[in-house]
Amino acid sequence: MTHWIIAPVILPAILAPFIVLAARYHLNIQRVFSVVGILAQIAIAIGLLWVASDGTVILYQLGDWAAPFGIVLVGDRLSTMMVLLTAVLSLFVLMYAIGSGWDDRGRHFHALFQFQIMGIMGAFLTGDLFNLFVFFEVLLIASYGLMIHAGGNERLRAGVQYVLFNLLGSTLFLFALGAIYAEAGTLNMADLARRVTEIDASETVGIRVAAVLLLLVFAIKAALVPLHFWLPSSYAEAPGPVAALFAIMTKVGAYAIIRVYTIVFPPDLEVTSGLHDVWLQPAALISLALGMIGVLAAKKLDRLVTFAVIGSMGMVLVAISMFTPASIGAALYYIIHSTLAGAALFLIVDMVKDSRTSLVLRAMPPVAGASLTAALFFAAAIAMAGLPPLSGFIGKLLILDAAYDTDRLALIWTVILASSLIAIVGFGRAGSTVFWKAKAYATQEDQTAQPPNAMAYAAVMGLLAMSIALTAFGGFVHDFTLATADQLFNPEAYISTVVDTPGKLSTPSEGS
Amino acid sequence: MEVLVASAIGIMTAAGLYLVMRLRTFPVILGISLLTYAVNVFLFASGRLTVGAPPILTDAEVYADPLPQALVLTAIVISFGMTAVVVMISLGAYLGSNDDRVNDPKSDETEDVT
Repeated sequence: MTHWIIAPVILPAILAPFIVLAARYHLNIQRVFSVVGILAQIAIAIGLLWVASDGTVILYQLGDWAAPFGIVLVGDRLSTMMVLLTAVLSLFVLMYAIGSGWDDRGRHFHALFQFQIMGIMGAFLTGDLFNLFVFFEVLLIASYGLMIHAGGNERLRAGVQYVLFNLLGSTLFLFALGAIYAEAGTLNMADLARRVTEIDASETVGIRVAAVLLLLVFAIKAALVPLHFWLPSSYAEAPGPVAALFAIMTKVGAYAIIRVYTIVFPPDLEVTSGLHDVWLQPAALISLALGMIGVLAAKKLDRLVTFAVIGSMGMVLVAISMFTPASIGAALYYIIHSTLAGAALFLIVDMVKDSRTSLVLRAMPPVAGASLTAALFFAAAIAMAGLPPLSGFIGKLLILDAAYDTDRLALIWTVILASSLIAIVGFGRAGSTVFWKAKAYATQEDQTAQPPNAMAYAAVMGLLAMSIALTAFGGFVHDFTLATADQLFNPEAYISTVVDTPGKLSTPSEGS
Repeated sequence: MEVLVASAIGIMTAAGLYLVMRLRTFPVILGISLLTYAVNVFLFASGRLTVGAPPILTDAEVYADPLPQALVLTAIVISFGMTAVVVMISLGAYLGSNDDRVNDPKSDETEDVT
């Protein structure tokens, strides 16, 4: 049994208290430890992905207790891919936070950042639903601290809304878990997968309610319309690098939907039939449309990006809701892409914010370092709107292709293509207002704003370079996501690895 | 006993939901607290209601399911911590802007756009 799979959770759990306790007044030491920690995370994540890439399911029994009784961590292709994505994203976000000096504007940024990473990694790796709840809380409580980092009245008000909404989500999650436990008597995902199929057809009321509640919880996390209201103001008011890190948090919801609704409640299960095509898919299509209309309608640049995030989550969920191997493969590709592109956009908005009096979309004197920032915004907008040559185009093409064989071909294609057009117009309008119309104003003489420093630019360019790499190695990545989808739709290996691996309980030893 | 527990959960949830939809932070936080109490009792009940039985697997025929108790304990600790956090954040927001409304102020949008 390899111990490496718990390292993504343990490492930040050790680093964060160290940063708080030992390096409290030494920002540079904090930065070094934080960056080294993230680099180690990337190395570990690559190693785990390498092990899992041949279809191996890595199992880790905490305390050596066997599955339904003990808590297990499970690493398959999907989990390790998400872990690597998180590690890579957090490296660039951390670079930006250091380069732009955001980590110096309040206290404990690096410690909270590490706790946040710990929660996200744990949520991706756990094989137990209650443990998923616990890791959700870990990542949320760290995100509350990060969200109100550096303070300010607007931010605190948005923070209150964010915290309250998520507390309600957590309560709903507990109700769902209670209902599942009452019906099935277990919360381990693999064990649940076996037990759910054994529930008698006449007694499925409870498990149906539980499945819908659970979907609602994950939809809140994934900001699916009509549960998206928390996202725009909290992401817009959060500090730039924090909002960029939050780009992975909506994907945690998408991940949980993929995980639970392929293994526990698979699409062909009688009990939950209709959940994904009757309820999830229309909501996802509306999210996509509403998000992209929001891009066009936004009056401020930061709100525009938050609506682009809602739209891209709608796109991901449209692909997920088809629940075929091809569509899940496409959705995973799009998840990687939209995380990188969304994060890049949030960082660029933060660059613009620093030297502009407000982010309202009307002509103002040019921002410091306008030409390079404008070029980066242009590239990120192309990626987000899904135009060639960046990865959004390939992702969108894969989703369209996956929709080709479904009954709702016309509807899905119409919504995706129309919303893409609206998004292009919206981004075009915003970019030309912020960057081009500024030429009409002379640069103010008393302008004191410094252009963003090289490290901040490097972080954004790094994210965009990852998007380009995702295009260049698109075939390779898509093969991998297809293999991942294949593993998800054939969960027998996962289930038998988790449930049938013996632990302490299987071999009782006499009175030691 | 079933009626008592079920109605306790139902009444607390209803009251909590009503309070959560208020506009000021204090009732909303109280509502969230009530909801967490309700969910704790609900989790407790998810292991079936047994009276006077040991919460451990023994040779006895009747025992209380120990797992929901562990789950409730975790949930109580987490909700306690979360309530403390939300009280601190909303106090900060209230003291900062001298207003404890949960919704966005109306002037926010119009002021910036015009």
